[in-house]
Amino acid sequence: MTTIDKTSSVPAPRGSDDFGGPLLEVRDLHVEFHTRDGVAKAVNGVNYTVSAGETLAVLGESGSGKSVTAQAIMGILDMPPGRIPKGEIFFRGEDMLKMSADERRKIRGRKIAMIFQDALSSLNPVLSVGYQLGEMFRVHQGLSKKEAKAKAIELMDKVKIPAAKARVDDYPHQFSGGMRQRIMIAMALALEPDLIIADEPTTALDVTVQAQVMDLLAELQREYNMGLILITHDLGVVADVADKIAVMYAGRIVETAPVHELYKRPAHPYTKGLLDSIPRLDQKGQELYAIKGLPPNLTRIPSGCAFNPRCPMAQDICRTDIPALFPVTERDGGELPGRGSACHFWKETIHG
Amino acid sequence: MPDKTAEKVTTATGEPIPAAAVATDAGPAPAKARSLWSDAWHDLRRQPLFIISSVLILLLLVIAIWPGLFTSASPRQADLAKHYLQKPQWGHFFSPEWLGYDGQGRSIYARVIYGARASITVGVGVTLCVTVLGTFIGMIAGYFGGWIDSILSRVTDVFLGIPFLLGALVVLNTFEKRSVWVVILALAFLGWTQIARVARGAVITIKQADYVMAAKALGASTTRILFRHILPNALAPIIVVATIALGGYIAAEATLSFLGIGLTEPTISWGGDVSAGREQLRNAPFTLIVPSVMVSVTVLSFLMFGDAVRNALDPKLR
Amino acid sequence: MAELSKSNEPADATPNVSEVETVDAATESEAVAAIEAPVERGEPILQVRNLVKHFPLTQGILFKKQIGAVKAVDGVSFDLHQGETLGIVGESGCGKSTVAKLLMTLETATAGEVFYKGQDITKLSGRALKAVRRNIQMVFQDPYTSLNPRMTVGDIIGEPFDIHPEVAPKGDRRRKVQELLDVVGLNPEYINRYPHQFSGGQRQRIGIARGLALNPEIIICDEPVSALDVSVQAQVINLMEKLQDEFNLSYIFIAHDLSIVRHISDRVGVMYLGAMAEIGTDTQIYDHPTHPYTQALLSAVPVPDPESREGRERIILTGDVPSPANPPSGCRFRTRCWKAQDRCAEEVPLLAIPERFVGKDTPAAHESACHFAEEKDVVHAA
Repeated sequence: MTTIDKTSSVPAPRGSDDFGGPLLEVRDLHVEFHTRDGVAKAVNGVNYTVSAGETLAVLGESGSGKSVTAQAIMGILDMPPGRIPKGEIFFRGEDMLKMSADERRKIRGRKIAMIFQDALSSLNPVLSVGYQLGEMFRVHQGLSKKEAKAKAIELMDKVKIPAAKARVDDYPHQFSGGMRQRIMIAMALALEPDLIIADEPTTALDVTVQAQVMDLLAELQREYNMGLILITHDLGVVADVADKIAVMYAGRIVETAPVHELYKRPAHPYTKGLLDSIPRLDQKGQELYAIKGLPPNLTRIPSGCAFNPRCPMAQDICRTDIPALFPVTERDGGELPGRGSACHFWKETIHG
Repeated sequence: MPDKTAEKVTTATGEPIPAAAVATDAGPAPAKARSLWSDAWHDLRRQPLFIISSVLILLLLVIAIWPGLFTSASPRQADLAKHYLQKPQWGHFFSPEWLGYDGQGRSIYARVIYGARASITVGVGVTLCVTVLGTFIGMIAGYFGGWIDSILSRVTDVFLGIPFLLGALVVLNTFEKRSVWVVILALAFLGWTQIARVARGAVITIKQADYVMAAKALGASTTRILFRHILPNALAPIIVVATIALGGYIAAEATLSFLGIGLTEPTISWGGDVSAGREQLRNAPFTLIVPSVMVSVTVLSFLMFGDAVRNALDPKLR
Repeated sequence: MAELSKSNEPADATPNVSEVETVDAATESEAVAAIEAPVERGEPILQVRNLVKHFPLTQGILFKKQIGAVKAVDGVSFDLHQGETLGIVGESGCGKSTVAKLLMTLETATAGEVFYKGQDITKLSGRALKAVRRNIQMVFQDPYTSLNPRMTVGDIIGEPFDIHPEVAPKGDRRRKVQELLDVVGLNPEYINRYPHQFSGGQRQRIGIARGLALNPEIIICDEPVSALDVSVQAQVINLMEKLQDEFNLSYIFIAHDLSIVRHISDRVGVMYLGAMAEIGTDTQIYDHPTHPYTQALLSAVPVPDPESREGRERIILTGDVPSPANPPSGCRFRTRCWKAQDRCAEEVPLLAIPERFVGKDTPAAHESACHFAEEKDVVHAA
């Protein structure tokens, strides 16, 4: 299977702990959940890589496995009922799934941080935001209470919370949704991690605030040269910030591509359908194209290509053979770096 | 106007529905209709806690309803010749002399069997009264809010402020003869507050649900909203609290009877027998131990049952 | 639908609100008769005038004292014409959902009127109100909470018939429910299933079927697709458009997703902090916005096209929406507006065609509540 990092030139990793390869590499990851209705196969062989300074957008609908993959990387999966029967997650060349709980804890927060969709429930309502921000420094760096508070104010300034000094002792509910999401970003940034995983970071926010937060995130990523995994269902947000995209469906990556390529020439019928089904702001469309059917039940994923019951191009082979992530090339065989499509008929899809 | 619907729907279905609309429903829903109750039942059946407790409760219910099936002896027949110093005949299962005789020469086994009825009746009776009363009050307070809620909540607080056993002591003391019904009413009078609070809380949450809005938007009457939409959804937490409280009421009745202000003769009650057994504690400890064990087992069964029901109905608490 | 708004109302002089022809019904039966009367296509069917809803902020337990009010809706007026879709967009807290509840008479208006076929429904009660409720239905945002989990799909869709038994005789109901399931693209055999056995999109179809049951004239959709996946959103939107043609419905479509609103609406109103900022046809609002808030809102929408990300000019507003309990004086948007001047703090701008555009034959000539309204195309400026 192709990995998708070959396009972007890898910026020089910062710090002394130089490591030649990508920052994070997920290899053939499988995650399943044991439920009353059977085994739900949430992730079925996901591969991706992220380098420093790079933004990978993982695009998918609910149940596609995009968030579960991220939780597996962070090591915050509920196990049980969750289980990782197979796969490796390399962070700077080391397989995190083989590490002890202690070693993983050291990476979590310090090297890899996560931003969640719902900032209000991710913050402790009975502690002031200054205390919660400072906690990172007290626990991980052993700073004193006073030093930690000063650091907290510094961070709040960094994420552009107005009057940080005055608001450091306020509680989460005293902030608006956009400000809370900034505090979440500040917490994730506190220990200057190498990689940030943002799980639908702006979905709960209003459009005008969404733009502010997304801009802030992109700016900080550039400044710190971090890797960013942006998990979202919003094709608009992805187009605005991503470098490369992995489209997930039913626990698999069905298409990978650099961002410009994907929107111009999708090579998987699912991606194509998604792009066609969103209404546009700048024109009044006719009837929307709708992908027929429903996303599959993860306890009963269709045989062959999981998308086949909803696919307009499905043939017999799609119902029997699971398509691998084929490298996508130009019509004349010219290479298209970083592109892959898990469709038996990718040629027909991209070249018409 | 009434015919308009019929006409339109038929035209809609009479014409071929565009492919897009039909194709949208590819998702196979699960094979069987599965309500939340049947889900809970599915959960319950798998819990050892539930199986053990329900077997015990079933047994206790049978004993309470048909005590004659378990012993031929009369619980009231006092035969001073069969003194309590006559030791239990451990080998003679289910015979009158099996567990020995009490101070007045009555078969302890028979008394324990016949005592079940009073305990279970009080427990179930109080729970039923409390659930109906508490749910009603809580639902009215929670649904209507405003000054109705203010008044009902304050009343609830006042009752909640009365220590349960102390209150029961005072109330029951005003009665000369205390039958099962008197005890039930006295305990229910003091005990409805817990359910009322739970019901009020549940109703306040549920009345904000969109499906209640939807029913209002359709023009549904208040009665319909209360009994069709709110009550069925508020029932789960109420049932959980009620089943757990049931054991508590049985314990309370035993305590009161032990103190001499619960059930009075001629009603046979375990609490009363424990109290009577005190006097022979040194010579014949079993006169006290046997009814005590029965109280404990019964209370425990209902508590376990309540726990199992809670696990099934409210998986979040696990 | 788009055709309709263009032919009936020339783009240059769209009167958003028309004269209300009130019906003075002396008796309840007269009121009901007026409510049942048909309305011509394109004629106003719902006329909202200066609608106000303030939620009192109280203190104290037994004796409540009012200490202020959240001004959720503060003087909103618009017309809905028969057969059209009026989109209402705005950010959270702008009062758009409260407007929906007021139109459904689920909340009591503090002031103002809602005329449905000339009858002020905020003052109706009894039989007349029930008749109105039959004709105005709602589709809710969250398909997971808008269906009673203890009822089967058949009971949920059949409930309207229980409440309004005159619509369908008892023996006929099961068949009717199955027909409705079929109309919204669900298998009629699912009648005995419970809501939790369905996916989000399927549940929203159930909610739509319930809304259609009484054969209403108006359906108010409060964020009907925002809880759904992208691929399912398109299905539901197409279904709603199909049903509109088939059943001759008028929609009020409330959403925060500007692209979807443009797709489905004939006219669009933009709300900010309890008031209407701008209203006009979809072309007027999206291609020729004159209110700075509309412009900022449109420019902030992420465009699913990476090519435009460098070139696109974006207006990024600073700060947050002020609290509706204490809105700014004058123009409500002035605290975040880059054009704000002293006048904006003193004078409340009226929702009217801006003076500079009055009488001009331009799509910019539509109602906009700004002292300094000027046209700026932010959507196509790539």
